[in-house]
Amino acid sequence: MKRLDSLEYLRLNKWQRFVYKITLFFVSIPGFFKNVGIKIGLFFKKIGLGIANFFKNIVLYFIHGDWKTKVSYVVMGFGSIARGQWLRGLLFLALEVVFILYIVFFGGQYLAQLGTLGTKAAVIETVVIGGIEVTVTKYYDNSFKILLYGVLSIFFIIAILYTWYLNIKQNHISEQIIKERKKLVSTKDDLRALVDEDFYKTMLSLPAIGITVFTILPIVFMVLVAFTNFDKNHQPPQNLFGWVGLTNFNQLFTWNTGGGASFGGTFGEILLWTLIWAFFATFTNYFLGMMVAMLINKKGIRLKKLWRTILVFSIAIPQFISLLYVSKMFSADGFINGLIMNMGGQRIPFWTNQWYARVTVIIINIWIGIPYLMLITTGILMNIPADLYESAKIDGASPAQQYFKITLPYMLFITGPYLLTSFTGNMNNFNVIFLLTGGGPTDINLYGGAGHTDLLITWLYSLTVDDTNYKLAAVIGILIFIVVALLSTIVYNVIPSTKNEEDFQ
Amino acid sequence: MARKPSMGLKASRAIGNTFGHILLVLISIIWIAPFVFIVLQSLRVETTAQVGYLLPKKIGFDNFMFLFSPDCNFMTWYFNTFIISLAVAVLQTIMILMMAYTLSRFRFKSRKALMNIMLILGMFPGFLTMVVLYQVLKLLNLTQGNAVGGLILVSVASSGMGYYVCKGFFDTIPKSLDEAARVDGATRFQVFYKIIMPLAKPIIIYTILTAFMGPWGDFIFARYIAFGEPSGYNVAVGLWSWLTQDQINNHYTHFCAGGVLVAVPVIVLFMFLQKYYVEGVTGGAVKG
Repeated sequence: MKRLDSLEYLRLNKWQRFVYKITLFFVSIPGFFKNVGIKIGLFFKKIGLGIANFFKNIVLYFIHGDWKTKVSYVVMGFGSIARGQWLRGLLFLALEVVFILYIVFFGGQYLAQLGTLGTKAAVIETVVIGGIEVTVTKYYDNSFKILLYGVLSIFFIIAILYTWYLNIKQNHISEQIIKERKKLVSTKDDLRALVDEDFYKTMLSLPAIGITVFTILPIVFMVLVAFTNFDKNHQPPQNLFGWVGLTNFNQLFTWNTGGGASFGGTFGEILLWTLIWAFFATFTNYFLGMMVAMLINKKGIRLKKLWRTILVFSIAIPQFISLLYVSKMFSADGFINGLIMNMGGQRIPFWTNQWYARVTVIIINIWIGIPYLMLITTGILMNIPADLYESAKIDGASPAQQYFKITLPYMLFITGPYLLTSFTGNMNNFNVIFLLTGGGPTDINLYGGAGHTDLLITWLYSLTVDDTNYKLAAVIGILIFIVVALLSTIVYNVIPSTKNEEDFQ
Repeated sequence: MARKPSMGLKASRAIGNTFGHILLVLISIIWIAPFVFIVLQSLRVETTAQVGYLLPKKIGFDNFMFLFSPDCNFMTWYFNTFIISLAVAVLQTIMILMMAYTLSRFRFKSRKALMNIMLILGMFPGFLTMVVLYQVLKLLNLTQGNAVGGLILVSVASSGMGYYVCKGFFDTIPKSLDEAARVDGATRFQVFYKIIMPLAKPIIIYTILTAFMGPWGDFIFARYIAFGEPSGYNVAVGLWSWLTQDQINNHYTHFCAGGVLVAVPVIVLFMFLQKYYVEGVTGGAVKG
């Protein structure tokens, strides 16, 4: 497709411009994927080079190193201690000792069973104790622990390999320094650096450990669970679970199981509703919140602070109180239906009819979201240069024209990234759905007790908690990740507003 | 002649403003109403179930008395939540500050990679790892009756990942300040403690405020790890357990009373620190 320059573009009429922009968007998609492909390629090239370098250096440092360095290949930190850097040396040595003890007494057994996740399930045996027969459950292999500690051990091994490499490199650097007859870094310098130029290491160590143990390790574990048969029939410690390959993912493509609810079909329906919900939840809040902010900002409106405070007030109340209360308000024997009945009307099935339920959650979400959006947009709206509006007025622009030509483009430009995060945030908006409907109304035509307002995230939750179907919960988790990651990369790369930072400056 | 159109403009503006005010009053009513309803129902004495009318037929403090009575766990839940909130507010703020300051001020080799890893980790849904965390906490004996410790540990451990808003703010503090102090011989630690911290007061207060408010509404994970052991519940889980099918008729008004007791301190705190909250939320949105 031919790209137009700005003069040619200005010659087009509105409709042609629109068509031009749309085609441009779709034309740019293949290019985008090509770019992503190239980036991924470069990434792997970098990693490959890194690994090659790693092995090359190991060999080179060994050949050229002195005896202290050579001993350090086996006894970590030996070289550092021998050269007087006792703190570094002792740390290296301590790590090695801890690692060996860990593998010998703890990690090794689990690591060895990682391939099978255990072979001997618990057995119920009848034992005679003092002449009385007693049934005792004897536990053997626990697949859960094997997988968890196995992954932990692998993490540990990678960490120790890296430290080992650092230890060797350290020796190499020290040799170089001694050769040049310069002074080695002393232990005192090391300690001082930790609060000065290396302060970042001190600062990051604690959060890094926390994130590794409580986020990365669990995520890796659950990703692996997606390739096992870990569900209510395979619960350790009574039963084993094992590797099943891609079986769980294949279930996604079983659309018809002859009448029963299929996993694939249910997934499709819930994904569709999740996207519809995220779209409406994001944009209704965005536009209505902006309008409320504009209304309060408007010249001639009094008590601006009061209106804002009233809206902010509703943010302060924990959502579980307000949402649970509102949920009960709309329930079959709740206050709203009571009012309708008292006036002689019919009960409205807010939560029991799927369409009523879906519309109601979107509307109640507006009630939740407007105060936030009002807060966010108020400040930005006030930052729009007033002279833009002045000159627009002189040119005879109507308020609607001012909105669509000045306010909206400006807002979209500033809040573009926010809209994306809020879209993905809404896809995972657990609270609103769970506290209002709990995912219901449920339907026997949906798999795993899913309901018509269930988002992927609430479905994941009920599969985990109610069904203990961990393998499918893990599959859904991975798919949510893929959807969010795809959306984010496409939006960030294709939409121009995140790149042209100078447009409004 | 020249005045006439301006009169018309004035009149239409007046109509517009009146309409605007009416709309704002309506909006205020819609936003405030549910909270007024909760208060009204918390004072209702005649029945503990849901009813189809608003004004209580008999007003009293029976529901609140019930919450304070010894055979009700509410005080335990309240105390649990308060402890969690305090601990999380302090520890989480420290974690976030460490992360944000480092990523804003230092340029080290793996910085970009680190930020990308955290971005990617953030794309995994939070509840995915619930089972694992539960089992880990169980190994540490921090579930059910000891759920308070478990909840604190889990909320604090990974909180470094929520550094975005804070880092955005640190980025706006000119680096020349750091450099000037470094020239005068201050260490990086002193720069952080004596220069950045005082300047970042608004965002630190925002971080503390959100960290403190979080546990009051934390419900999903709390319910999962305190499973079936009321002494380990926090208020959210406890109050929720009163709204289940078989409990709601006995406890609906108790839920409302409990809700009021939870909301009041949080609202008071929030209203005092509103300014900082607005600053944090706006800053976070603009920087993405």
